[in-house]
Amino acid sequence: MSVLKGLWPLGAGLVFLGLLGQIIPQVMNPYYFSILIYAGINITLASSLNLVNGLTGQFSMGHAGFMAVGGYVAAFMNMSLFMDVHFAGMPNYVSEGFFLFLSLIVGGTAAAILGYVVGLPSLRLKGDYLAIVTLGFGEIIRVLILNMDFIGGARGIPGIPQWTNFFWVYGVALVCIVSINRLMDSSHGRALLAVREDEIAAEATGVNTTKYKVIAFVIGAFWAGVAGALFAHFLTYLNPSTFDFNRSFEIIIMVVLGGMGSMTGAVFAAIFLTVLRESLRPLQELTQLDFRMVIYSLMLIILMLTRPNGFFGTKELTDFGWFKRFKKKLGA
Amino acid sequence: MSETLLEFKNVNVHYGAIHALKGVSFQAKKGEILTLIGANGAGKSTTLRAMSGMLKPSSGEVLFKGKRIDGTRADHLVAMGIGHAPEGRGIFANMTVEENLTLGAYLRKDKQEIQKDLEHVYELFPRVKERLWQVAGTLSGGEQQMVAIGRALMSRPEILLLDEPSLGLAPQIIEKIFEIIVKVNKEGMTIVLVEQNALLALEIAHHAVVLETGSAHTQGKASELLASDTIRKAYLGE
Repeated sequence: MSVLKGLWPLGAGLVFLGLLGQIIPQVMNPYYFSILIYAGINITLASSLNLVNGLTGQFSMGHAGFMAVGGYVAAFMNMSLFMDVHFAGMPNYVSEGFFLFLSLIVGGTAAAILGYVVGLPSLRLKGDYLAIVTLGFGEIIRVLILNMDFIGGARGIPGIPQWTNFFWVYGVALVCIVSINRLMDSSHGRALLAVREDEIAAEATGVNTTKYKVIAFVIGAFWAGVAGALFAHFLTYLNPSTFDFNRSFEIIIMVVLGGMGSMTGAVFAAIFLTVLRESLRPLQELTQLDFRMVIYSLMLIILMLTRPNGFFGTKELTDFGWFKRFKKKLGA
Repeated sequence: MSETLLEFKNVNVHYGAIHALKGVSFQAKKGEILTLIGANGAGKSTTLRAMSGMLKPSSGEVLFKGKRIDGTRADHLVAMGIGHAPEGRGIFANMTVEENLTLGAYLRKDKQEIQKDLEHVYELFPRVKERLWQVAGTLSGGEQQMVAIGRALMSRPEILLLDEPSLGLAPQIIEKIFEIIVKVNKEGMTIVLVEQNALLALEIAHHAVVLETGSAHTQGKASELLASDTIRKAYLGE
């Protein structure tokens, strides 16, 4: 997995995304652009859930809950404090970028802290039980927000500044993927895999299984929170019903369809599913019937029947022969 | 003669309302093989789990090198020098054999020494070396058991706990595994061996504890137990 050693690929990637971010909104129609943004946010969500569900083997169903926390905290912070703050003598995008970045960190951290609080007791549970607890947690978050009037309650919060752009979405996705990739390359990553493979054996080899499960869960929650903050600042409107359990399932589907434990699969499935849902839209207009979700579900069933391990199984891009040959050609 | 490495003092374990271990006491001497034998449900695995920190005794003391270790977390015990090859082999099925072995040295930082220990494991198990790049789940049962023991050795323990290494293996393979256990012991390793196969276990062990419904029924020199009529009748099926 160690393709991305050192800091320069990350730096180069961010610069490249920055340039691309200047061009893409100019040449792309806004509808396609919004799909592109949602795909990017979904990449972060799927990759981070893959760390918990795929790589550490814990079945969490509460990702939408963490996303909601990140989104609401970031939006509330920016709207009540920084919305009209500008740095003197600097263009607007500097202050916007700065406060967006700040809110991503704060939103992510809030979700991570909550992940710790939820994870510590519930990660002692296994399999189905953990799934039920996290599912319940997600619903609790949604209902809590529904009843908090100062953040809009059921009406939601409108008028969040639209600061999220191509660079931030894909920059976050890149940092998320690279950081998880590095983590899995380290001895900590091997410990996480050991927990997935066999908890008793992991303990017998000296892995503190509870600690590592909580670490994976907290990191997953952090990135979900960051993705939620990006989402809030793109849609400009948050509503509790956006974060119901369907949202969590959607992310789980991405992880399962891509292949549990494959980062490549998570990224691929996130893009694939985001595009698939939208590409079925013309069909609806054509037939005047809402067949979209029926066909979407049908395609998922067919895909899981024909590829039960997902698109990639546990494989990564770097595990394929042609990629290795390509790397050799580059002389790496 | 030799010093006591691990000691159970009147240990009780409860699973809810079930009293699984009833005041068990015994000692494992340094450099010896101690075997725990007994029928199904006698408490063999429970005893081993109380040793390796996988469960906490409800009362009594477990001492390792004179220090109390009951209630200490399993991963800390590994760091203290207790190696454990869990029941049913418990290998990491989707990882390669080499990854399995290196994970055994997970808590260690001394790379050169780890390499030395790897070589040592290859020496003990030439079969394992042949399969180094194979995914561990595709190995035969005997090979998986070898990987599990090898992995436990990789933490460079002072005492090695083996939970039914013969489980589900062909007699020939069992013999091979037991030969290796004896070899590891001859190199100075203290071993606690839990076995269903009482005859085989008594043949290689120095001391034995016979467990029956949660208490230590008999204990003593393995050779004496092997010769005793009551033991032969009750546990060796004669």
